Amino acid sequence: MLLKAFEKGADGVMVIGCLEGDCHYVNGNIRARARVERVYQILDQIGIGPDRIRMYNLSAGEGAKFAAFTNEFVEQIENFGPSPINLARAGQPMEPAQEEEQT
Amino acid sequence: MITGTPKPIDEILEMLEPYDNIILAGCFGCVTVCRVGGDKEVQILASTIRLAREARGKKIDIKEVCLERQCDPEYLEPMRPYVEDYQAVLSIACGAGIQFLAEKFTRTPLLPGINTGFLGVTERQGEWTERCQGCGDCVLHLTGGICPVTRCAKSIFHGPCGGSVQGKCEVDKEVQCGWQLIIDRLVALDQMDNYVKLKPYKGWDSSRDGGPRRILREDMI
Repeated sequence: MLLKAFEKGADGVMVIGCLEGDCHYVNGNIRARARVERVYQILDQIGIGPDRIRMYNLSAGEGAKFAAFTNEFVEQIENFGPSPINLARAGQPMEPAQEEEQT
Repeated sequence: MITGTPKPIDEILEMLEPYDNIILAGCFGCVTVCRVGGDKEVQILASTIRLAREARGKKIDIKEVCLERQCDPEYLEPMRPYVEDYQAVLSIACGAGIQFLAEKFTRTPLLPGINTGFLGVTERQGEWTERCQGCGDCVLHLTGGICPVTRCAKSIFHGPCGGSVQGKCEVDKEVQCGWQLIIDRLVALDQMDNYVKLKPYKGWDSSRDGGPRRILREDMI
């Protein structure tokens, strides 16, 4: 699902899990972090850029913190610019040299 | 089960370089259980390949399928009507499944998406260890249910070698000495007489030494 988001044109993906030790599914958030870490590595290996995905842990009562994290992440992604997928779709595919730079 | 590990994505992308439409075929058998070749892994690998290829301006069309088992002919047949519509099949089943696909669909190149590992067990989610090398002449009744062929790095049959130190094997301090495990188990079972019994030499002719093996069950044909 995380990779699908990039296929559908996302420049970055934020994953929000419960606070560690406070998950309704006991260790669901810990397992989610491991899955996000895998996607991080996949994005790194294929030159999309690992920092386009990030996981945060928040409780349902931390609205202000959620907004702050979102603004921070959006700013980070805006600094990176469009993902290589979106660049390719706009007619600027990744060059081999660019690929090395990304990885 | 038969275990495996994913091939590095760079290796897979290199294999796929000549193609722009492929079938990515998973298997609901062993490789689903060891999380390397099932339906979910098909989806993840297909997305990964599409993203990598599209970023480089070389889009690829991938038909995602997961067969019940790639090692049984009846489950391969559903692919027959469309397999030749694609330039290649990338399979993430074990080596047996991939080869069986290649035998059945002779006009389509078959590519391996995983490295097949060993016959093993699930220690816990995400960890698998080897238990059997399929030597074809099981001695587990004499060795406390622990296989000397698999668990001993040298596959020896006469007890721990000089490389066994405090129950660990010389090949890796994390690896338990198979023969120490056997002796501990035989002591616990009060079956040490099995250890001192003289045994005839093991016949390796039922193992890999005679080339590819075949089982023929007349009663099943």
